[in-house]
Amino acid sequence: MNLPRPHLYGLLGEFDSPKQLMAAAKKVREAGYKHIDAFAPFPIEGLSHALGLGRKHDLVPLLTLMGGLGGGLTGFFFQLWVNYSAYPMNIAGRPLNSWPAFIPVTFELTVLGASTFAVFGMLALNRLPQPHHPLFNVERFKRASNDKFFLCIESHDPKFHLEETAKFLQSVSAQHVTEVRDED
Amino acid sequence: MSTGDTPVNSPEIRRLARVLEPGYSYASVTDKIASIVLTRPTSIGWLAGFSIAFTLMMVLLGSIAWLITKGVGIWGINIPIGWGFAIVNFVWWIGIGHAGTLISAILFLLNQKWRTSINRFAEAMTLFAVACAGIFPLIHTGRPWMAYYMFPYPSTMGIWPQFRSPLIWDVFAVSTYGTVSALFWFVGLIPDLATLRDSATNKPAQIIYGMLAMGWRGSARHWHRYQSAYLLLAGLATPLVLSVHTVVSFDFSIAIVPGWHTTIFPPYFVAGAIYSGFAMVLTIAIPLRAAYDLQDFITMRHLENMAKVMLATGLIVAYGYFFEFFMSLYSGNKFDVFLVQQRLHGPYAPYYYALILCNILTPQLLWIQKVRTNVAMLFVMSLVINVGMWLERFVIVVISLTRDFMPSAWGRYQPTFWDWSTFIGTLGLFTSLLFLFVRGLPAISIAEMRELVAHEDHK
Repeated sequence: MNLPRPHLYGLLGEFDSPKQLMAAAKKVREAGYKHIDAFAPFPIEGLSHALGLGRKHDLVPLLTLMGGLGGGLTGFFFQLWVNYSAYPMNIAGRPLNSWPAFIPVTFELTVLGASTFAVFGMLALNRLPQPHHPLFNVERFKRASNDKFFLCIESHDPKFHLEETAKFLQSVSAQHVTEVRDED
Repeated sequence: MSTGDTPVNSPEIRRLARVLEPGYSYASVTDKIASIVLTRPTSIGWLAGFSIAFTLMMVLLGSIAWLITKGVGIWGINIPIGWGFAIVNFVWWIGIGHAGTLISAILFLLNQKWRTSINRFAEAMTLFAVACAGIFPLIHTGRPWMAYYMFPYPSTMGIWPQFRSPLIWDVFAVSTYGTVSALFWFVGLIPDLATLRDSATNKPAQIIYGMLAMGWRGSARHWHRYQSAYLLLAGLATPLVLSVHTVVSFDFSIAIVPGWHTTIFPPYFVAGAIYSGFAMVLTIAIPLRAAYDLQDFITMRHLENMAKVMLATGLIVAYGYFFEFFMSLYSGNKFDVFLVQQRLHGPYAPYYYALILCNILTPQLLWIQKVRTNVAMLFVMSLVINVGMWLERFVIVVISLTRDFMPSAWGRYQPTFWDWSTFIGTLGLFTSLLFLFVRGLPAISIAEMRELVAHEDHK
């Protein structure tokens, strides 16, 4: 029999507590694995550090700043353009460039720009929405959104070797080491 | 309040200080909250409550239909009282929304653990209150189908909105507030939607929650960006919430009408907004925790803390009333002095005294710990404060407009049946949305409750 063998995405180890996951993540990294990811039902302080993801992985603050600046500047100069050249109106003898009156809208648009960039930037950087992922083929992975913690070593890691990596995961006290497979 | 005879470490004190009752694990927290949505059968109470709320919502739709057919003449507004109920209700609803943002954003920045189990439904309350608030200025324009004129768009007529007007600021403030509140709420929901997707047993639920969760899988990389986006949103929502009610107060204080033209309006409006919002959070939290046995999550500590915030903001509001009064008298401006007299002795004086009773005198009972920890008392008090804050807006809008500068321009305002039906209708819309929310989405943030469990384990 020669069934098409689904492509191997990686090996997934399951843990009971954030502490075990953190300890395992550190050991896996010390062992030299690079393409790893951890999964948890809530954010764990220091986990991204343990996995070796520095601050530089996080572009969200920069995007938020850009969104805020963009929103605010557009808002202000748009109002100025409307009141100065597109539709000049004398309101109670105020100058056409009565900029203090433009600040509330400028502020609101700054916040609007920054917030939308923060949210959609975060989603885009996380590549969400992503309807399918190989991990969803693993039945036990459902508990990653409930009470279990997972660590995945991806198959394209240079150090990846099916049997040895599985053994290694067991040695860092992972339960239920599962192969993650996907059709492609 | 220290009575002297209660030791600091007594079981009673520890009971009151808990934000989560002991004995919960990640799985039991998840199950308890998710089961409200996924497995519990729809109760008779829910059906009865939703039916009443839905009926009232139909009253709203009927009233709006009649308004569009006949025009704003069906309301009690006239000249000089052009604002009436529509603006009273608008300010009341938008103020209620503010507590949700305060809980979710400001208490998050201040790292207050007790916000965790109340932020989700408080944010939902914000969204629904903003939805109710938004209806009023829209239908008050008289020609709501022309409301898009308020947005700057390149029209063939070549006209643009007047950006020096607080009413246009309001359009931007309220629409930004609605958008950012929705984003904040949705970002908070993503991990919980993934939980519901994974725990749901029937296909439609899996598909719907699956689509909404967008493939969230709790990756450490994702959480990292998620947390920074959430923190930034909290930081952005904090000045936003302060700005929104400030802009709402500008609608009044930029005008020269006596009683409106004062610099104390922005801070005192913001305090009043948070005051009424916390009252509404209590009005919702108390029945919610009783109906779904959530006393372990929404503990006495939460209720007591909210009562304390109400007391504090209530005192700021009282300070605002006092200084409004004092500045009018101190200024010697005869129109302002006259307005004070009108509040005390004019035709609407009963409203003013009722306002003082509801907003200043009754909440002083909250100094007593026995009152703060008595659920029934708190519920009644939250209703009283809601009424009081509505009266505050009524007093501000109506008394000033009925007593303008010239006696020849004075008038009276009498709300009509349609004023009341529209207002009560929005209460129906608000409660209908809340009923649907409680049944369809987790009313408490599951992911954050797990963090709390982890935190408690660690101690």
